[in-house]
Amino acid sequence: MTFSWTRVAAIFRKEIRDYRHNRFVIMTMAMLPLIFIALPIIEIFTIKATVSSSKLDTRIGLALLYMLLIPAILPSALAGYSVVGEREQGTLEPVLITPIRSTEFLLGKAFAALLPTLVIAYVMFGVFLAIAALFADPAVSSAVFERSHVLIQLLFTPLLAGWSILVGIAISARASDVRVAQQLGVFASLPPLAVVALMSENVITPSIGLALGLAAALLLIDGLGWRVVAAMFDRERLVTGNKT
Amino acid sequence: MTVPRQGDALDAVVVGVHPESAMGGSRTETAETPAQGEAKSGSALIVNKLTKRFGDRVAFDDVSFEVGYGEVFGFLGPNGAGKTTMVRTLGTLLAPTSGSATVAGMPLSAAVGPQIRARISIMPESPGLYLRLTVAENLECFADLYELRDAPERIAAALRAVNLVDRANDPCRSLSKGLRQRVGLARALLNDPAVLFLDEPTSGLDPVAAREVHDLIDEQRKSGVTIFLTTHRLEEAERLCDRVAILNTTLRLIGRPDELRKQLFTRTLDVRIRAPLDNADRVFAGLPGVESWEPGELGVYVLTISDPSIATPEVARALVAAGADLLFLGESRHSLEDVYLELINEDVEANAR
Repeated sequence: MTFSWTRVAAIFRKEIRDYRHNRFVIMTMAMLPLIFIALPIIEIFTIKATVSSSKLDTRIGLALLYMLLIPAILPSALAGYSVVGEREQGTLEPVLITPIRSTEFLLGKAFAALLPTLVIAYVMFGVFLAIAALFADPAVSSAVFERSHVLIQLLFTPLLAGWSILVGIAISARASDVRVAQQLGVFASLPPLAVVALMSENVITPSIGLALGLAAALLLIDGLGWRVVAAMFDRERLVTGNKT
Repeated sequence: MTVPRQGDALDAVVVGVHPESAMGGSRTETAETPAQGEAKSGSALIVNKLTKRFGDRVAFDDVSFEVGYGEVFGFLGPNGAGKTTMVRTLGTLLAPTSGSATVAGMPLSAAVGPQIRARISIMPESPGLYLRLTVAENLECFADLYELRDAPERIAAALRAVNLVDRANDPCRSLSKGLRQRVGLARALLNDPAVLFLDEPTSGLDPVAAREVHDLIDEQRKSGVTIFLTTHRLEEAERLCDRVAILNTTLRLIGRPDELRKQLFTRTLDVRIRAPLDNADRVFAGLPGVESWEPGELGVYVLTISDPSIATPEVARALVAAGADLLFLGESRHSLEDVYLELINEDVEANAR
């Protein structure tokens, strides 16, 4: 019996349906992006036109860093729930009894956390760009639309989300409590943001080459992380609480 | 009283698989179930010296039995006896520590876990439904997990089987516990399993809901589904099962409920008359089929017999001839509960020693 995208899609579809009726998920997905878009908007409207170019870059970098908190933090709450939540609800065993493979189950969970995150993050970034273009000072708007800034947002949004989801699922597969898994997941999702923060703050001079290089490194880490997560998914432990 | 140990029981009873197994039971073949088509000959389950330990703790030890196709097999035992662990092991959720098994025609191993799981269904003690989703959405998810090509038809059939067609669009959280169990059963029937494992299906249900689940199981049994039923409700096993096994970490006994009674209990006649006999020896001694007798409370006698069809009329005639007013005469009925308690008490006494 080979890998089945039908089973991945079944888990994905079930998760999306479940989110729609889950008040916690809806509130998280609504509130967090609003908070993280409000801060950068305030940031760009409080920049004075007379500010130096380096100060302008730093302020814009900070504003964009807030935007990247959306893909970093938003999916960690979903991923943290993914395994231990099902275990607590008693729904994990019936799923594991089907022919589903661990990788299929985890991929379905990961896509279900990734897709809404990407949609929300990119929509929020689009809204931010539109506001900057329409209402911000032209100098500020021009800095926001600088190619490296936009590229960092576009590239790092899925990669940061991927990292958060992997770490969240890994913690969820080992945790015994949903809240602990979600809290740890949020903390563990933040380290990659440090690199982005250094670029945003011009500690590391941002360039397209550097952004691409770092994105490739994060992609590699995400790939390796996937293997670790799949290996950590121990059916026996999840069903009985005993190690194999 | 001597209770056959595992090996004895297996030699005496287990080897004879359910009579229908050779013919594959009376089940009607449904379309597109290669699992069943391939596996119908032979036994649905063959378990050979299977052991599962969690570290030092033994869940079950050296267990062997066979279950034929179309058979309803009851797996009884007290809490912690290893029943659920056995189901999880045969369902490839847990790896056995030692021993071997064949499940629905496939050797039990992690490598063929998905294939085995495609051929069987397990309904856990708690149905584990997605409560925010509707009944139909729950079933759709599992139909996709089994990659059923004719999913809508299978879902409709499963809902009809458990009489839940009119609740298909209700969220599962709005259902009573009994209805949730029915949804769990519908989900377990989706893939037309070669073996259906039901783990304590009526646990926590009120008598009415339990009765409904019993009726549903009975319907599945009539349609020839092979059912492996774990329970500690003995009346449930007695009513539903062709054969039962009693597990208390090791397999203590296995066979048809009436065979187990015969193995564990001597046959006796209960006699109740209005007044005690002056000389009971003179009445009962030498009667055909009567081996011994002992008085109970006033006017009550318990006779050990070899064959009730011979002894009962002889005893009746002798009592009437002796001028006794006969109030009751009948063979003692030992329930499966008596068998179970006898075995479990033996284990308790053995552990105390």
